[in-house]
Amino acid sequence: MLEVGNISVAFGSRTIIDDISLVLREGEIVALLGPNGAGKTTLLRSLNGTVPLKSGTIALNGISLHDLSRREIAKNIAVVAQENETKFPVTVLAFVLAGRFTRGAAFGWETSADIKSALDALEMCDLDGFSGRLMNELSGGERQRVVLARALAAETAILLLDEPTANLDLAHQGLMFRLVRDRCRNSKGAAIVITHDLNLASEFADRVLLLKSGKVFARGAAPKVLTSENLREVYNVQVLLDENPASGKVRVTTVY
Amino acid sequence: MLAAALLVAISFGSERLSFFDLSNSERAILFDIRMPRVFLGACVGASLAAAGAALQALLRNPLAEPYLLGVSNGAALGTMIAFVFFEQFVFARPLFAFAGAGLATFTVYQMARSRAGMNVERLVLSGVIVTTFLSSIIVLLTSLLDAARLRGFTFWLLGDLSQATMFGFYLTLVSAILGTIVLTSQARSLNLMMIGERDAMDFGVEVARVRMIVFGIASLLVGTAVAASGSVGYVGLIVPHLVRLAIGSDNRLVVPLSTISGAIFVVLADTIARTVIAPRELPVGAITALIGAPMFIYLLRRN
Repeated sequence: MLEVGNISVAFGSRTIIDDISLVLREGEIVALLGPNGAGKTTLLRSLNGTVPLKSGTIALNGISLHDLSRREIAKNIAVVAQENETKFPVTVLAFVLAGRFTRGAAFGWETSADIKSALDALEMCDLDGFSGRLMNELSGGERQRVVLARALAAETAILLLDEPTANLDLAHQGLMFRLVRDRCRNSKGAAIVITHDLNLASEFADRVLLLKSGKVFARGAAPKVLTSENLREVYNVQVLLDENPASGKVRVTTVY
Repeated sequence: MLAAALLVAISFGSERLSFFDLSNSERAILFDIRMPRVFLGACVGASLAAAGAALQALLRNPLAEPYLLGVSNGAALGTMIAFVFFEQFVFARPLFAFAGAGLATFTVYQMARSRAGMNVERLVLSGVIVTTFLSSIIVLLTSLLDAARLRGFTFWLLGDLSQATMFGFYLTLVSAILGTIVLTSQARSLNLMMIGERDAMDFGVEVARVRMIVFGIASLLVGTAVAASGSVGYVGLIVPHLVRLAIGSDNRLVVPLSTISGAIFVVLADTIARTVIAPRELPVGAITALIGAPMFIYLLRRN
């Protein structure tokens, strides 16, 4: 669905992403891991063409991102990013409807199908009854779920998520990942997720990309990448690895 | 409501007129002096309020306002240059005003944006700097004027409808209608940009194009308004704010309703300006600033 060939990104003379390649296939979730400043967010941003590349190519369903309009890209890729506050009184419903922008005319009104899709997305994210609330009156975790609902309402094949669980409680962290996984499995989608929660990555990701200083340090299935040597090398921490008794997946415990 | 405001404005003035029993001189006052002025006031208010509403959404800042951003002063300087050097061309004033407004908008935008994005303080400060810089050039240019023209010009600078002409009225009418239509056509994109430029890009808005359109149209609206009536301040701040209080933040409603409410607001403010110390008159800009400045402080504190 998304083919990334040898991309590099630089801000001025500082190289942020250094020669990264990646292929995202239908149905899979790829987790982007790495310490702060490794270039995770910049990589994610470059994937929908909102960060200019220094070199390399990105193709969406075989077509270079260069040749696509913002609208055409947005029809296929939705982003869940860290939300900055708005100074205007925007309702939750209006916010989620922004995800439907590519569905109608750029100057039109939303249809009842748009509104239904937005309300369904809110319900999925455990936010029924929130549609009339104002965004700047919500808690951080509630706002984070509204941002996810907006991306789900866009009904795109690809989801790009930047620390979607950062402000969420335990139950909603699981809900978030289940929603993303269901979307990938049932609707022929795919997702790339940045997270600092190695255990959530191990549970839900089909593949893991471990970044260090703008380069791919290790990649592959979670048990192959999440080794104590790799994590010591990248994060400079000591970890214990064992098996999660419930799921059988790799479990990472930090030793402080 | 707009029709009612227009009727009230036309019937009140330093000469009280009844519509039915007019002498020739009263007829002249009504048709040649008062009506052009009231209609021009409506168009100026409409232009400034629509421009303010769109600029606020674009810059994600409820305090953005043509007057405070220096856009009005850019237009004023353009008008003044046309006035001093190209007085014989009737189109020179609005054209230069448009160019001045566009340049000022662009300059303030470039100054206010940084790598970290744009914050309220930076934007307002940039506006103040550009405004004072332009004001100093305007003051320099006024030294070229003779005393009689200077008095008229000082009034005009504060926002004054007393020199209304039918030409100014037609021009602002056309630009107010066109401008509102174009801005409203961008309103759904503005709804997304109000949330965040990054978000808007992610969800399919051609951000650079919308920005160009809104800056261009806002400059046109402010340019024609200022060329006709000087810098009437705070209209673009007060009116969209009240409209949002009443109906929420959807720009597809906020922009066109600001146009209509802006017309009503300036027509009523000018009626006050004409009548409160009749037979002498105040510039309408003094009235709008008296209402607008305290409101700006209130909005700034609440932010």
